[in-house]
Amino acid sequence: MNLIEPERNTGQDPRNPLQNPRMLRDDTKFASGKVAFFQYFSVAVFVLLVASFWDLQVRNPELYSEAALRNSVKAIPLLAPRGKILDRDGRVIVDNHPSYSVLINRQLYKPEHLHDIAEGLNLDYDDLAAKVRRFSTEPKYRPIIIKLELTPADLAFVNAHRDGTTFPELELIHVDRRLYPQGGLAAHVIGYVGEVSVGELDSPEFAKYNQGDIVGKAGIERQYNDVLIGVDGQRQEIVDNLGRSRSVIGIKEAIPGKTIQLTLDLDLQVVAELAMEGKRGAVVALDPRTGEVLAMVSRPAYDPNLFAGRIRSADWKEITGNPFHPLLNRAIQAQLAPGSTFKPIMALAGLEAGVINDGFHASCGGGASFYGRFFKCHLSRGHGSVELHKGIAQSCDVYFYNVGNRLGIDRIAQYAEMAGLGHKTGIDLPQEAEGTMPSSKWKIRNFRQKWYAGETISVSIGQGATTVTPLQLAAATGGIAMGGIWMKPHLLKDTQPEITRKGDLNPENIARIVSGMCAVVNEGGTGARSRIPGVEFCGKTGTAQLASNDFLKGSKQGQAMKDNGWFVGFAPRINPEIAVVALFESGEHGTHAAPIVRDVVKAYFDKKARLQGIQAAKSPPPPEPPPDPKRKVEPEIIE
Amino acid sequence: MAQQYRSFRDLDWALIIIALIICCLGVLQIYSATHETAAWNDAWWKQIIWVGAGLILLYATTKLDYHTLLGQVPIMYVLAVLALLATFAVGKMVFGSRRWIPVGPIHLQVSEFVKVVIVLLVARYLAETKAEQLDGRDLLRLGGLVVVPMLLVMAQPDLGTSLTYVPVLAVGIFLAGLRWKYLAIILTVVVLAVPLSWNFLKDYQKQRLITFVDPEKDPRGSGYQVIQSKIAVGQGGMWGRGVTKGTQTQLRFLPVPHTDFIFSAFAEEHGFVGVVVVLGLYFLLLMQIVQNGTMAPDRAGMYICMGVAALTLFHLLVNVGMVVGRMPVTGIPLPLMSSGGSNTLSMFLMLGLVNNVRLRRFVN
Repeated sequence: MNLIEPERNTGQDPRNPLQNPRMLRDDTKFASGKVAFFQYFSVAVFVLLVASFWDLQVRNPELYSEAALRNSVKAIPLLAPRGKILDRDGRVIVDNHPSYSVLINRQLYKPEHLHDIAEGLNLDYDDLAAKVRRFSTEPKYRPIIIKLELTPADLAFVNAHRDGTTFPELELIHVDRRLYPQGGLAAHVIGYVGEVSVGELDSPEFAKYNQGDIVGKAGIERQYNDVLIGVDGQRQEIVDNLGRSRSVIGIKEAIPGKTIQLTLDLDLQVVAELAMEGKRGAVVALDPRTGEVLAMVSRPAYDPNLFAGRIRSADWKEITGNPFHPLLNRAIQAQLAPGSTFKPIMALAGLEAGVINDGFHASCGGGASFYGRFFKCHLSRGHGSVELHKGIAQSCDVYFYNVGNRLGIDRIAQYAEMAGLGHKTGIDLPQEAEGTMPSSKWKIRNFRQKWYAGETISVSIGQGATTVTPLQLAAATGGIAMGGIWMKPHLLKDTQPEITRKGDLNPENIARIVSGMCAVVNEGGTGARSRIPGVEFCGKTGTAQLASNDFLKGSKQGQAMKDNGWFVGFAPRINPEIAVVALFESGEHGTHAAPIVRDVVKAYFDKKARLQGIQAAKSPPPPEPPPDPKRKVEPEIIE
Repeated sequence: MAQQYRSFRDLDWALIIIALIICCLGVLQIYSATHETAAWNDAWWKQIIWVGAGLILLYATTKLDYHTLLGQVPIMYVLAVLALLATFAVGKMVFGSRRWIPVGPIHLQVSEFVKVVIVLLVARYLAETKAEQLDGRDLLRLGGLVVVPMLLVMAQPDLGTSLTYVPVLAVGIFLAGLRWKYLAIILTVVVLAVPLSWNFLKDYQKQRLITFVDPEKDPRGSGYQVIQSKIAVGQGGMWGRGVTKGTQTQLRFLPVPHTDFIFSAFAEEHGFVGVVVVLGLYFLLLMQIVQNGTMAPDRAGMYICMGVAALTLFHLLVNVGMVVGRMPVTGIPLPLMSSGGSNTLSMFLMLGLVNNVRLRRFVN
């Protein structure tokens, strides 16, 4: 083991080798074996190092190239603006406005910064932390938008802190954000947008979107989300270790969403909104010839701008905590007893089934007994001898009890379903309700019980289990006025009119019913206060009890127990152009709903006259005088 | 006159040329890594100046017989210890460590020059030992002499540089011969000392050791350097990304790409092929130094050459090993490539010593 050769230079002064440099000369090979060992050791070290480089550089360099790419390429989202929403005349209902959003670049994100960022941007730390956690499964290059609609103070904070040493993960982006009409105009039709929720991502409708995407959540925004949403783009930048941009390597421009045009007429919409001011309920105006929805109002409303980004929890609580459910679109979702507005359908069924004719009279003494039970008429002193015209005009309950009794429930249901009751109208809005049209089959299916003839009597005046949505009632009545052609209601202007159902009806029967409805307004009937001079305005009042009012059940509000007022009307009498329904919840009587419909119908004809006047003024000989200025609409005050 | 001519011709030109090729690649890499930075964009031509100064120093070192130098070891040793003490008084604080003392317009890292003194110290002590094998007293004496500057450097604190003194001592003792008994004692002491010394390490040093074991533990913190270095090396691939084209280097994800991590930057831009070439050059350099040691006229000369060889090998192993994640981050430079005056000059001084030994083999 010992390779050292014996020393031969004893006797020399070892302390001073300089005095005798030759003393060790022949001794240099004393450790040659160990030197060789050192050389082999060196070889081993070099082999180890080369093997390490082989491992990193040759065996799987892609792994590290990708890592280097992740390091140095930063993707900044270019968010596509949503398409605008226009009314039928091309006027803008929903627009965008430019704003700044701040996002966190997750490649540079440090968790310990989150507290200060939340504080600086006035965000709730727990919300923010939860959001960051939700993104943990997403690829790192996808940033998290943490605040929309930055205030000047937020902007100053971000600009002051997004440098490399403070919070390099902060990034400002320019975003076009939704701007909805103030005061909730058409809020329920338009709907609102919001960040897609975790639950929605699991549903097929939203499965194609990503965490953090802004999608339509209700109304048109949701129905036509795919059209409106556009395609987000991206800008890829090379950044250094401090996140500073060195160069742009690629831009995929965002494709803006498409603008869509609705059938809504802002003029009518505004009038309907004003008429509903301070009331609860809904208004729907249709063109019965095409099914185009001209106006749709639901009250109480909400401000969709609150939802436009991420709604504050206080606002959300206020909206969801409201006992009158402002988010409910009553025009398509309220399912209520139609009351006497059901009577034109009864008349149609009676005439078409042949159980009544012009000669059929009923005697009203303020009520009548059927199957051992007394049913009151709304007029306790009675209407006397009543035939069809008077029955509709005065809304005599006893007359229709008799009609119903003669028809039986299944024939009533047959004609009511022909008019569209008990089925969704198929309007292009999400979450439409279908209402209920009872029949003997319906009862067996739902209650496993036989239908009792006595139940038919209540249904005859639109009570009992019968429920409709305002839209259904407008479409049903409009179709009758059209002589038995029911069009599918729609909101997208670029839609081919579609016939839902066509009844083979006797035009004389239609004329009889329309004549009765004309009398309601024009011959001292229940809607007499709502006459419109110069317009053949026909309609029917309804006063409905709340027995089957499901969605308000359990409410402690005293007002909620008052009767609902309905009015359904159309004009003109022949070839109707507009059909309008007003639901005035807790309005006590249909006569209080009638002025709402009158305002809308009047606005329609005023506008028509004005447009014809302009048309006439353009043509060389002006044959007609200039039109009246549009009447200022004031809400009817109910005493 | 004749002797001078002979000495110039007989310089180890192979060694010098290999060293200069490595220096050229180093300057190129320093340029590539720093040309776009504001603070370091003059590092490459400064490095050229240092290499030039190093060559002059190398030549100057060969002029004085190394036996004369060995005779001055006690004085040099005392001066080295005093200079190390001076760093605490006048040292410039950089990155939490006092390593530099101002000499005129430049700052010199004393611990780099102490390496040369340690090499000479070990060579002289071992050459003077008469016994076949070292005994305990020798070990304690020589170990004590080396430990004093080591502790001073460690206290700066600069663990990496202080550890570079150990291989000089270790290889010297190995060559001189050691009884198994002492080897066993040394190993026992080291094994016992390692857990104890944990308590004396600074927090950042502990952190470095933890992340050496598991760099992914703290990828944004202390593991960052190792991860970024491995990414840089890995994405170099077989042929490299080209000079000034390595994103890790150019975008500064790689820490200090012109000093401690210069080989990482080189590997990114020149690939596996470049790495093998440079490691091959280093291997030739090392073998050339060893060769000079085996041809030395006496034990002292051999110890000097082997001391330099041990130190160079240790630097390579620790620095290059760190670049590929096989060694903890200790912050010692790569000889001849890393930017910096003190380490360049001290390396050329040592190459000068090797040449000095070579030139004396004919002296009669």
